Amino acid sequence: MATPRSAYVLQKVCTWPYCNAMTVRSENKITINFINRDGEKLTVKGSPGDSLLDVVIDQNLDIDGFGACEGTLACSTCHLIFDEDVYKQLGPVTDEEMDMLDLAYGLSDTSRLGCQICLTKSLEGMTARVPEGVSDMRQSDLGTTSSSS
Amino acid sequence: MNTSRVFAFKPMKSLLTTKCSRAAITSGLRRLACTPSSCPRVCIVGGGPAGFYTAQHILKAHPAIQVDIYERLPIPYGLVRFGVAPDHPEVKNVINTFTQTAQHERCSYHGNVSVGKDVSVEELRQAYHAVVLSYGAEVNRTLGVPGENLAGVYSAKDFVGWYNGVPCNKDLKPDLSGETAVILGQGNVALDVARILLSPHDILTNTDITQPSLEALANSRVRRVLIVGRRGPLQVACTIKEIREMVNLTGTRPDMLSADFKGIAEVLKDLPRPRKRLTELMMKAVQATPAGDGLTSRQWGFRFLRSPVEVLPSPDLTRTAGIRLGVNRLEGSGDGARAVPTGETEDIECEMVISSIGYQSLPIDPAVPFDPRKAIIPNAMGRVLQATGLYCSGWIKRGPTGVIGTTMNDSFDTARALIQDIETGVLDISTVKPGSQTVTPLLQKRGVNPVSFSDWEKIDVEEMKRGTVVGKPREKLLDVTEMLKTAHS
Repeated sequence: MATPRSAYVLQKVCTWPYCNAMTVRSENKITINFINRDGEKLTVKGSPGDSLLDVVIDQNLDIDGFGACEGTLACSTCHLIFDEDVYKQLGPVTDEEMDMLDLAYGLSDTSRLGCQICLTKSLEGMTARVPEGVSDMRQSDLGTTSSSS
Repeated sequence: MNTSRVFAFKPMKSLLTTKCSRAAITSGLRRLACTPSSCPRVCIVGGGPAGFYTAQHILKAHPAIQVDIYERLPIPYGLVRFGVAPDHPEVKNVINTFTQTAQHERCSYHGNVSVGKDVSVEELRQAYHAVVLSYGAEVNRTLGVPGENLAGVYSAKDFVGWYNGVPCNKDLKPDLSGETAVILGQGNVALDVARILLSPHDILTNTDITQPSLEALANSRVRRVLIVGRRGPLQVACTIKEIREMVNLTGTRPDMLSADFKGIAEVLKDLPRPRKRLTELMMKAVQATPAGDGLTSRQWGFRFLRSPVEVLPSPDLTRTAGIRLGVNRLEGSGDGARAVPTGETEDIECEMVISSIGYQSLPIDPAVPFDPRKAIIPNAMGRVLQATGLYCSGWIKRGPTGVIGTTMNDSFDTARALIQDIETGVLDISTVKPGSQTVTPLLQKRGVNPVSFSDWEKIDVEEMKRGTVVGKPREKLLDVTEMLKTAHS
């Protein structure tokens, strides 16, 4: 297996040919803000069509444990909380996303999974808050009994 | 929106060389930078998710700590490899992050080392500044009812181990010739087992399920799976994803009892959202249950308020022919409701009983405190009580519950506690500790040949190669001797 770290370097080199195109398109980029668990505001730019998880990975944002299942709707570690007006613009939620959100700690009425949110121009300037980490996120209501899900 | 969008793996540089640690190096923690011989050394016992997530956070949060992970089997990843169902490959993506952790310059993996047997916890404490116990829960809780040892009764742990390739379960060869299987317990493991028993063959063929179990399941005659719980629908322990998978499972239909849901509709609106959605989905399954008893297709269903009383033997007393269940009523409500026996019983004919009433941790070493009642190591935020320098994370810390994210957060917390103890001086790192420099020779002297991470990668490559031949992502090696041979080739 190739070592991820050298793969990362290769990948960075490999993406250079696309860089010019990216630069030309950069004015189309969308500015978004994340409020991290410690309250720090992280302001970054993402491209239309990118998911919020893509942005966190591409921009190397230091959010602990974010995106453990790599965007396959198998965990809720990319849980984000939005302002109500932003939440309304985020598009429909599937049952499968709701199922995973139901396991997220600090679930709110305006919670979504970052891997399911695609950036659009209308989200320019939006803010997403990372729910606070807690010492024990056991589901008090759902005493789940397996690590297999 | 595409719900199963595959996210191309992009290695997360941020994971291990973070702003946090960079800042730490350039600020007051610079004094901690050290030569390899004088570094703070931490070892982690157990190479499953708890061990890897603990290691990940320690490496990230401290610029100098060397982390050694000891694992009993030659191969890493614990229940991510051996517990996660083969048809849930997306959950196994966490392995990419674990691989990065194992390949970190300050991390070493030592497989094939059984702590408590090959090396004692006390010896590890001598060699390391801190020892983190993350060895999980290795046994199935027993039912404690007559007939439990009859042929046809299996523990879910063994059954899952059989289809997932746990070396000691490879010869289980469960008898799948009967029509009805009763699963005792309603957690996610119970639902995994039900789903694997009833899945159409073609759903499993391109997973990493072991070839012998795939072939056995192809010839299985099991057509009806009943999932039995001692409490009611509002206390069911599985998560909604697993129920939805049953509802959507091709070629099956639900077999639920509408009487079990009497009065539930009235209380729905007051339930928290997760419990409400889960209950609504079960009620949908009730509505989708056809009338009549005909066994027309493969079917599954929950049975509530029932506890096992006895596994009933066949007339020649050689094998399972049914199960006697005690009927319960609920005392109290919500999550805290208790099942109380009414004295009534009910028999169900079945040829197979799978006990899925939970996993349980065992003590690892007499030197480590253990709470036999809760079957965990007594701890405060991962600090083992009255044992400075000992920590724990994962199921041994909090009991065998929760999903992977639960173990991730729990392990990060233990790592934070450990780092905090270094920073506050509770954990003395002023003395030089030798780490694996003394443990490895000790193991070799005892005839133990550890498996390094690059050794494991040879097994990994071999498994993937064998998988390609049969059109699967991997074909797991099932035998420890063969693993070791491949690792040390």
